[in-house]
Amino acid sequence: MTLSVTMTVNGKTRTGTIEARTLLVQFLRDTLGLTGTHVGCDTSQCGACVIHVDGRSVKSCTMLAIQAEGADILTIEGLATAAALHPMQEAFRDNHGLQCGFCTPGMVMSAVDLVRHNPTPSEHEIREWLEGNICRCTGYHNIVKSVQAGAAAMAGAGGDD
Amino acid sequence: MTDADQSGAVGTSLRRKEDLRFLTGQGRYTDDFNRPGQLYAYILRSPHAHATVGAIETEGALAAPGIVAIYTGADLAAAGIGGLPCGWGITDKFGKPMAEPVHPVLAQGKVRHVGDPVAVVIAETREAAKDAAELIEIEYGALPAVIDAVEAVQPGAPLVFAEAAQNTCYEWEIGDQGAVDAAFARAEHVARLDLVNNRLVPNAMEPRSAIGEYDAGTGDYTLYTTSQNPHVIRLLMGAYVLHLPEHKLRVVAPDVGGGFGSKIYHYAEEAIVTWASGQLRRPVKWTADRSESFLSDAQGRDHVTHVELALDGDAKFLALRVSTVANLGAYLSTFAPAIPTILYATLLAGTYATPAIHCAVRAVFTNTVPVDAYRGAGRPEATYVVERIVDVAARQLGIDPAELRRRNFIAKDAYPYQTPVALQYDSGDYFTTLDMALDAADYAGFEARRREAASRGKLRGIGIATYIEACGIAPSKVAGALGARAGLYEAAEIRVHPTGSVTVFTGAHSHGQGHETTFAQLVASGLGVPVENVDVVHGDTAKIPFGMGTYGSRSLAVGGSAIVKAMDKVIAKGRKIAAHLLEAAEADIEFKDGQFTVAGTDRAKSFGEIALTAYVPHNYPIEELEPGLDETAFYDPKNFTYPAGAHIAEVEIDRDTGVTRVVRFTASDDFGRIINPMIVEGQVHGGLAQGIGQALFESTVYDKASGQLLTGSFMDYCMPRAGDLPNFAVSHNVTLCTHNPLGVKGCGEAGAIGSPAAIMNAVSDALAPLGIGPVDMPATPEKLWRLIQSSMTAQAAE
Repeated sequence: MTLSVTMTVNGKTRTGTIEARTLLVQFLRDTLGLTGTHVGCDTSQCGACVIHVDGRSVKSCTMLAIQAEGADILTIEGLATAAALHPMQEAFRDNHGLQCGFCTPGMVMSAVDLVRHNPTPSEHEIREWLEGNICRCTGYHNIVKSVQAGAAAMAGAGGDD
Repeated sequence: MTDADQSGAVGTSLRRKEDLRFLTGQGRYTDDFNRPGQLYAYILRSPHAHATVGAIETEGALAAPGIVAIYTGADLAAAGIGGLPCGWGITDKFGKPMAEPVHPVLAQGKVRHVGDPVAVVIAETREAAKDAAELIEIEYGALPAVIDAVEAVQPGAPLVFAEAAQNTCYEWEIGDQGAVDAAFARAEHVARLDLVNNRLVPNAMEPRSAIGEYDAGTGDYTLYTTSQNPHVIRLLMGAYVLHLPEHKLRVVAPDVGGGFGSKIYHYAEEAIVTWASGQLRRPVKWTADRSESFLSDAQGRDHVTHVELALDGDAKFLALRVSTVANLGAYLSTFAPAIPTILYATLLAGTYATPAIHCAVRAVFTNTVPVDAYRGAGRPEATYVVERIVDVAARQLGIDPAELRRRNFIAKDAYPYQTPVALQYDSGDYFTTLDMALDAADYAGFEARRREAASRGKLRGIGIATYIEACGIAPSKVAGALGARAGLYEAAEIRVHPTGSVTVFTGAHSHGQGHETTFAQLVASGLGVPVENVDVVHGDTAKIPFGMGTYGSRSLAVGGSAIVKAMDKVIAKGRKIAAHLLEAAEADIEFKDGQFTVAGTDRAKSFGEIALTAYVPHNYPIEELEPGLDETAFYDPKNFTYPAGAHIAEVEIDRDTGVTRVVRFTASDDFGRIINPMIVEGQVHGGLAQGIGQALFESTVYDKASGQLLTGSFMDYCMPRAGDLPNFAVSHNVTLCTHNPLGVKGCGEAGAIGSPAAIMNAVSDALAPLGIGPVDMPATPEKLWRLIQSSMTAQAAE
């Protein structure tokens, strides 16, 4: 069965025709060509596919695309402005919070949501929050530093996107 | 943290050039590519660990919607497609070649592990291919399977291959057995230990993927693949499997999301999509599900070892005796035979002046996923053996483990040091490195921390491991004599553009290591050009010179040295051009900071002026010199490099839950010269996480009866997560490598090499007060809880 689905993705209205079983992450990657969102597992464990759905971080492999009908979606491609990286992206760059880059989009999107909930997270809170994001490269040491620095920078920038 | 100085000077922490694309979703990994008219392949895999394969009924599947083709082993055999080649041959202790059974691309009459590829379904969509695969009917004749390597050599064990008696690929040995026996006969003390080095699943976060594309107009094939070494894949697949000449085959390994060894090897799926794209005249894409990765990516480690250490009355090591059974899995993966031999037993001297060493290795086939190099590849296994037995000896003799190590380290003035197991260490200083780690870890203050933890009901322990590794396998001639079927040099091209910017083409491949930054720093400072004017290209056989790729911590030591050689050629040519322009003798031209200067004068030409002159040769020594400024170099190292270090772990074990928490981890390493400290520290962090993962969390469990992989997903296989790990204290001692132009040694694997033994020695130290002896990895809560409970029950009974 094919269905039509429409949602707002990174500020633009996007429509696609999909099989009913299409996952949101497949819609983003295959239909819209937004390949910044990655698929690292098939059990919703790794978090490489984290995006924001209506302002909340979500593993986009855990939703059918059709469940996002009418939703406001933000992916890694929509986080920076034309002029500047998001403070969290900048913090990951400054603190070597990424190596191969594959888990990075999910890590950054998850971290941005953490700081929205908790503007001054402790190291422990950051490590707890990132329980659903697996990185095999960094040992998390520099990811934690990046999130701390990103949180401070977001506070300085007014705490919003 | 990056440096305020972002000039890119050697030794400074320049922000990574590659990060901008990775942070904005603009990285291009293999599965991000979609070619026009692309089809999708689904690999149907064996559900049995060991079975005959009879009739394969594909008619129903072929009739399903969207199906374009289905191929089985019979189709590949009819097309003359070869087996997957092994890149390293071991000669056994009897002088005979190892057993080397054919490794079919798709099963030929038999399957030998769960996940063994049997058929490929190619369809218009991924989902259509998957759906249709369910309609394929295969007559399997289930056979008894053997999973455990020690059981596999017992009489009557099921045979994985008829031609490998007792499932043995080879029996191999190194060292002077007579000298070892004599040393044990006169030893004052002997320490003994049985160890298991647990099998690991590499689990790079990007699952493997491959796209084959055939150009009917030219007859050229392109393979996009998740590889650490595209030229190696082109050579192996072209020459041995598909019989395609190399000039008609391009292999592109674009952004690759981690490898850790698992993306070195030539895999069946690469050959399948390439061949099928030619058959169907359409691109064919395959991407692994994570569940498929667990069943098809080469796994790591899996040794069972008995070790004995002989010591004299002064606690000096006299001899080491090691016997290891290594599980190779169901087939020989590309470099598998070298791992438990050349990359393992030769490292058993470790950091010590042990005068006699003997190691016997038996490598064994089982009905499990093939095993090959995984971060460290043999060296973590060797370090684990040495550092565990040294700790057992220290405890037995009542000597402080740091002191016992110091007493036996190779002396500072003993380099070059010839070990009794073939290697010659060029440089090192294990005393200073250990002292740095002891200071940073506040080793002296540990007993107070142990008491404080005990007051909270926690068992606290500290563990040391020192390690040596051998990186940048070389020289090619020696590697060849040891069984390598390839050269182990590296290549680089420095293409200076007319306006003075530079593109560096390297045969090394970056899949997280940051070569685009480190290599750019190297070239920017070498040529005196701004680092933003240097780009590094890797991973495409149509662009780069023939290179061997990245593994074994070789990229900077071997690939970086090739870059230096190519830069030397650029500078030598630039000197000739400058001499002409400045009307001076070539011998009088000095090159420094991007300026060619007549010695002792202020007459100079900038690097940019020389580049422009080379490409616009109006005033040019055209009779003696070709135009252009574009140089290629190949570098074949003189020796391995020998990074070394000391890792110290401090753990707390909860008596009631058996949970081990790493409360401190200190690593002091000697990698030789460091180009970008931030990147090097990141490499150490990642290695430590994988080593701590092995020690405490990761366990690859096959059901012994059925051969099913029980830990086949992230729900079952315990990957270390952010909350499982501490912050790491990392520092560096520097002794320069003496035989490469940079003095560098390599840093990619070190973290995973020292840390497992450090953690397990700390666990042993924490449990010692309860009378609990050595524990095997992983030290899971369940395992420790049972040991603690039985110890407490026994104590209560006394």
